[in-house]
Amino acid sequence: MPQLSQLSDVLVSQLFWLAIGLGFIFFVIARGMVPKIQATVDAREAQIASDLAAADHARKDAEAKEQAWRDTMDSARADAHKVTQDAKDVSALDTEAKAKKSADRIARKVAAAQGKIRDALTAARAEIEAVAAEAAQDMVGRLTGVTVERKDAARAVKAELHG
Amino acid sequence: MVSAKIDPMHQFMIQPIVGNFASGSPFVFTNSALWMLIVLGTIYVFMLGGMKRALIPGRWQVAVEGLTGFINSMVHASIGPEGRKYMPWVFTAFVFILFSNLMGAMPFGVVEQAHPFTVTSQFTVTGVMALISFAIVLVVGFYKHGLHFFSLFWPKGTPFFLALPISLIEFLSFLIRPFSLGLRPFIAMFAGHILLEVFGNFIVQGLRAGGGGIAISILCFFFVAFINALELLVGAIQAYVFALLTSLYISDAVNLH
Repeated sequence: MPQLSQLSDVLVSQLFWLAIGLGFIFFVIARGMVPKIQATVDAREAQIASDLAAADHARKDAEAKEQAWRDTMDSARADAHKVTQDAKDVSALDTEAKAKKSADRIARKVAAAQGKIRDALTAARAEIEAVAAEAAQDMVGRLTGVTVERKDAARAVKAELHG
Repeated sequence: MVSAKIDPMHQFMIQPIVGNFASGSPFVFTNSALWMLIVLGTIYVFMLGGMKRALIPGRWQVAVEGLTGFINSMVHASIGPEGRKYMPWVFTAFVFILFSNLMGAMPFGVVEQAHPFTVTSQFTVTGVMALISFAIVLVVGFYKHGLHFFSLFWPKGTPFFLALPISLIEFLSFLIRPFSLGLRPFIAMFAGHILLEVFGNFIVQGLRAGGGGIAISILCFFFVAFINALELLVGAIQAYVFALLTSLYISDAVNLH
């Protein structure tokens, strides 16, 4: 086992060069370079964390904006609905009023026409009475030679007609 | 050219490249020292890839950040928020053992002169690292808690007649820690590389013998490939175990239960 048999020969040389090797790694690499490398990693992690926070913030902002937009849209839609409803109501009332007016006018016309008809009927009836009285007076005169008073004839006719 | 004798220990021999051992100088530059520097250079080049410090990292930077992040979270999970102070040593131990183990398993040996030397197969190396970890535990423990640090061995809420032997066992197991910590990665590399060498030799000898030996050669070839994959896994696991145990021991000293 050369590690044992050579020990006394190589020990000082081994220790010397090991001290140089370990010393260089410890002071130059482990204490000089490693902290810088770790600092890079830490800086990157901090950057990632802050980027994530910013992204989260932006997302919340966007969500709030979207909510606001949705609220605005909802209220606008409600407004529009109300406006159309009002317009519908107004136009319905208007139509109703117009229809009522027309109906009234028509009703008046009908009533007037009915009155005219009634008048014409009354007039015609009176005319018939007069014509009948004259005819009765004439017929009596011709048949009997008795002259009947116009008034009497009219009364008789009226009595006969109206029972 | 190739001796028929199997010498699996040859790969652990430390040979001087500049200077000789007879001088007793600590500056003797050996193959072990060379591979320590190669491991060091590899770690440095790898870590340089993480120094671009780009906000959007490339693949290399992600790999380096993954390594530092792995050690950072391990230290943080075992020691707590105070672990940041001890991260440099845990990191040093982890990358040095990891890169040494992995470099030692690389197939550079196809060029004979470039045969890798596994630095962590020397208990001088792993032992020193374990002693450093243990020293940190002792210094931190006594600095933070003074003599109260000894309460680490005393089980809480246990009757006295039980607590006394338990605390003795605890104390002994505490003293064994540096040895187990240092021997574990050393033994894993030592045993694995001997196994590779032995079965590698079986391939050559089987081919030489011919006949049934060729079947054994083929079998050993697949076995060596499997052991190689296992070595890579074990190399990573040993580095992880060393770093994890170091941070757990430091956690004992820092938090004292």
